[in-house]
Amino acid sequence: MILAIASGKGGTGKTTVAVNLARAVSCLPAKGSHTAVHFVDCDVEEPNAGLFLHPEIVQQREVGVLVPDIDLRRCTYCGRCAEVCQYNAIAVVQQKVLFFPELCHGCGSCTLNCPEGAIAERLRVTGVIEWGTAEGALSFAQGTLNVGEAMAGPVIRQLKQWAIPRRTRRALVILDAPPGTACPVVEALSGCDMALMVTEPTPFGLHDLRLAVQVARDELGLPVAVVINRDGVGDSGVEDYCTSEGIPVLLRIPMDRRIAEAYSDGKLVVDAIPEYRTRFQELYQRIKQGAAS
Amino acid sequence: MRVAVTAEGNNLDSPLCPIFGRCPVFVFVETDTMTFDAAPNPAAGTRGGAGIRAANFVVAQGAKAVVTGNVGPNAQRVLDSASLPVHLAAAATVREAVEAYKAGDLASKSAS
Repeated sequence: MILAIASGKGGTGKTTVAVNLARAVSCLPAKGSHTAVHFVDCDVEEPNAGLFLHPEIVQQREVGVLVPDIDLRRCTYCGRCAEVCQYNAIAVVQQKVLFFPELCHGCGSCTLNCPEGAIAERLRVTGVIEWGTAEGALSFAQGTLNVGEAMAGPVIRQLKQWAIPRRTRRALVILDAPPGTACPVVEALSGCDMALMVTEPTPFGLHDLRLAVQVARDELGLPVAVVINRDGVGDSGVEDYCTSEGIPVLLRIPMDRRIAEAYSDGKLVVDAIPEYRTRFQELYQRIKQGAAS
Repeated sequence: MRVAVTAEGNNLDSPLCPIFGRCPVFVFVETDTMTFDAAPNPAAGTRGGAGIRAANFVVAQGAKAVVTGNVGPNAQRVLDSASLPVHLAAAATVREAVEAYKAGDLASKSAS
């Protein structure tokens, strides 16, 4: 099962839930019926799960976007490449070809359409993906987008291709998605089996939860469930919304200073406060039950 | 000389548009005669790279200079390649901006 942990509003506790769920399940005898647990940190603009899981990274690979490499000896400055580029990444002006790498999405249109065959593709590195293991035989992978790059999508896509095992029925893949509801989130959620939304019971939390549910459930067709974090700080808007939409709330984490103290020390809540290990294991059981129905 | 002016409307009394890539209209003014023609900016609604597309358009329309409030780095690069100087104006209308250009009152901007 590929379980995505998403949110909508940032800062609600996505990574907290993802890493603690991963550790809690790893601690179960026989990992609770899954043969292996894989953690994939897809928040490539600021991957932070590693701060809590302390993986030992053993493999690394550079990833990026395939961009055009134009052979000016064959180029006739016809401008066809610029015409077909949907992203305005190429301009042909007075016997000069200008390329704008940050705009290039690596679609290959220019390469395919050049009448002189003057364009080859080369890899422009925009990030790195890494793999290793963490405590409890947890398989860990993360992607990191290079500073200054605008497109997280290609790194996320290549991370998922590399890190997610081909057969996922007996494996539990916990995927920490980026915040928000834009392209990086869509890339992360695509192909997952379920989206667990972590939210806070406030008007901001509710506003962005609605958007996130729209993307995950209505656009991508994923089953969704909710975890309410910092329960008690706000109002009943999120609960009322989930009830009226028939979205199950699988866990409510109260506003608990001990949790903040634990994570500010880089500690897993399920290690620092044993009662939460039980609660996260219960969350896992509810997820499994829901998936079975 | 044919000058491209970023505008909010399609004649000389239209307000000058302070931006280049996504301005609604380009007014092309023949500075010797003050005759003009106008065209909607094809880059106005584009998702990304608007400045590049707008610059290409202006070059293809035969402009020899640009008068605007400001251009971004991508458009600047395209205009520099085509040797089109960019002149920055703070005038209220297209007409006033062109008059200021003709009087030599405008600063030019180049990528350096």
